[in-house]
Amino acid sequence: MEVLLAFMIGTLYASGIYMILRRSLVKLIIGIILIGNGANLLIFLLGRIAKGSPPIIPGDSKVFIEAYSDPLPQALILTAIVISFGLQSFAIILVKRAHKVVKTDDLDEMNATDEFS
Amino acid sequence: MKTIILRTASNYMLPLLLVFSVFILLRGHYLPGGGFVGGLIASIAFVLHAFANGLGNTKNLIRIHPGFLMPVGLGLSFLSGLSPMLGVGKPFMTGIWYPEKIAVIGGLGSALFFDVGVYLVVVGVTLTIIFTISEST
Amino acid sequence: MIEQLLIYPLLLQMALAIILMFAWNNTSTQKFISISGSTLNLALAVYLLMYVWQNGTQTVQAGNWEAPFGITFVADTFSATLVLLTAIAGLAVSSFSSGSVIPPRLKFGYFPIFHFLLLGLNGAFLTGDIFNLYVWFEIIIITSFVLLTIGGEKAQLEGAVKYFTLNILASVIFLTAIAVLYGLTGSLNMADLAAQVAAVENRTLVQVNALLFLVGFGIKAAVFPLYFWLPASYHTPPSAVSSIFGGLLTKVGVYALIRVFTLIFELDNLLENVLLVIAVLTLFSGAIGAIVQNNIRKIFSYLVICHIGYMIAGLGMMTEVAIAGAVFYLIHDIIVKTNLFMVSGVIYKLKANHNIKKLGDIYADFPKMSLLFVIPLFSLVGIPPLSGFWPKLSLIGAGWDTENYVVIGSILFASFVTLFVIVKLWGEVFWKNGEKLPELRNFPYFKTLTSVQKVQMVAPIVFLGLVSLYIGFAAENIQQLASRIAFELLDNQEYIDAVLNSAKK
Repeated sequence: MEVLLAFMIGTLYASGIYMILRRSLVKLIIGIILIGNGANLLIFLLGRIAKGSPPIIPGDSKVFIEAYSDPLPQALILTAIVISFGLQSFAIILVKRAHKVVKTDDLDEMNATDEFS
Repeated sequence: MKTIILRTASNYMLPLLLVFSVFILLRGHYLPGGGFVGGLIASIAFVLHAFANGLGNTKNLIRIHPGFLMPVGLGLSFLSGLSPMLGVGKPFMTGIWYPEKIAVIGGLGSALFFDVGVYLVVVGVTLTIIFTISEST
Repeated sequence: MIEQLLIYPLLLQMALAIILMFAWNNTSTQKFISISGSTLNLALAVYLLMYVWQNGTQTVQAGNWEAPFGITFVADTFSATLVLLTAIAGLAVSSFSSGSVIPPRLKFGYFPIFHFLLLGLNGAFLTGDIFNLYVWFEIIIITSFVLLTIGGEKAQLEGAVKYFTLNILASVIFLTAIAVLYGLTGSLNMADLAAQVAAVENRTLVQVNALLFLVGFGIKAAVFPLYFWLPASYHTPPSAVSSIFGGLLTKVGVYALIRVFTLIFELDNLLENVLLVIAVLTLFSGAIGAIVQNNIRKIFSYLVICHIGYMIAGLGMMTEVAIAGAVFYLIHDIIVKTNLFMVSGVIYKLKANHNIKKLGDIYADFPKMSLLFVIPLFSLVGIPPLSGFWPKLSLIGAGWDTENYVVIGSILFASFVTLFVIVKLWGEVFWKNGEKLPELRNFPYFKTLTSVQKVQMVAPIVFLGLVSLYIGFAAENIQQLASRIAFELLDNQEYIDAVLNSAKK
């Protein structure tokens, strides 16, 4: 399971970076989304996957006796997902507006702000 | 997508989904669910309604601008986080609970109000985003 | 209640943002709330710094969860100082925006977003939890995207695409670094991490992780190979927005670098060398970029990059004097850079142009205002006794002690280039007989503004000018503050004790 996830994360990062390096605006956003998902899965993987052992303590003990699955990564991922939801929706609107105003999808032609004046 | 089937179904689905979203919101403290998921379900209900009946009708149905829910929800969450500081002198965001259980809602505490605030913010933000995207086409 | 003093700035900014959202369409009410709220915030921040100065590091455990498990808010002297600087810059920019930003832009929720940005900045400075730091960073970048794009002009949108892409990439790298760190140590509390990271056996992975943090924060701090988003975007929004960006946003990256590399990771030889090389290259590339540009705000953007190099150099040398120099420079830089972009805003309102080749005559037309502009411009250069001089002295001294002569050379080079650029700017913009610029119709020239707006635009420049004069002439006090910060940063035991033992007190 871990090995499979590791390969998946690697693929997500690689394809995300590839997409960011493309020149199209839409592919840029797809790349950002893919990398973000890769990072979320990475947190999940590095939080140690333990199946079927919820972090619940019996009422009379103070500490965990058996190995348990860490609940924190899931909270972190949820936070990261919520944040990326906001960022991505902003990105989509931004790209749409930029496309409307600049009238091109090609990042190489978006160089007005870098031009020497 | 103005088919009669979807339109009729969405009229029944809207209240059903809204009730379900409130259910998810309330069970959220110890079970899967909570304000964020509940808010998303509620906004999906409105989005479905907008698919079937057009954006204008949904807006008329909601009456207020969904963006208005954002400060309301934020304010509610903020005050619930502030309440332990003002009430019992504990640090910010400490959960304070009413000692007895209440029917339907279950435990009543500052965390519930925080979640209700999150619910409102999520509904407000999601609907604002989706309405903006679909209007600007 | 007093023990929770350190989160009051956060709560105040949050409350302000919420109240301002309720008054969405009423811009005059918003201006009033924003300015008075920022004044209150300034008072709070001053009190916080005094309190921390006297009573040592303060902590609040949010939600009353004990330290390594919950989110901790920590105010040591460094954090409290930066909160104070944020409050000063926030008040100035709040007033400046009231005067200069045109009403159609204010209608899109400018002020609520602005206060959310200040909330994010305060949060990033005060948090003691690395994931929480990520969340504050996200709040900062989301709000800064909105401020950057309000108005929707072509240049703004193009700049925003670049700003957006690289900053999101930085966030993802930061998140990846947090994931690896959590996998290595199982903790997110920075004070706890300090002990946990030292105990990890796999040193290579720790080093790689430290480099991931360096890249993530480096993009935000705009250091040498990662700064290209900055000059592409900082000259596009209204100058009020530029001034808060130029003053504070890159400094959050610097703050995070200083915090992470003094508290969590031990700097080894490799990292020190990497930091010093980055610092030297940043100094050179920023300085050379500033020479060739003609747009005032682009010049200032490159100077922002150039001067980040000083702080990175101080961090890279890692002696107490060097860190004190870096912190002093940080204090000076936030005030001066905020002021400079506001000056560029006033110049734009006077002449409706940003190009220094076309500008001119400002000294002849507005002599008093030009004399006012001298303060930030020459504080930046660091002509003694103005504020930029003293930190450079510390940095050069530290470079001498650690035998980093290349660093000393590049610090001197960057200072001379800054001097050259500012003198060129002074000659071109203030003294030269400029060509006759066409009068634009519908442009809100400075002379057409109401007197309240004029005061709102000029008063913050005077205010920040006085602050930088204070930094220059009362350098002893600031040096004392910076030395204490450097001492606390290098001997981080007080921070760790304050966080981990506060529950047991």
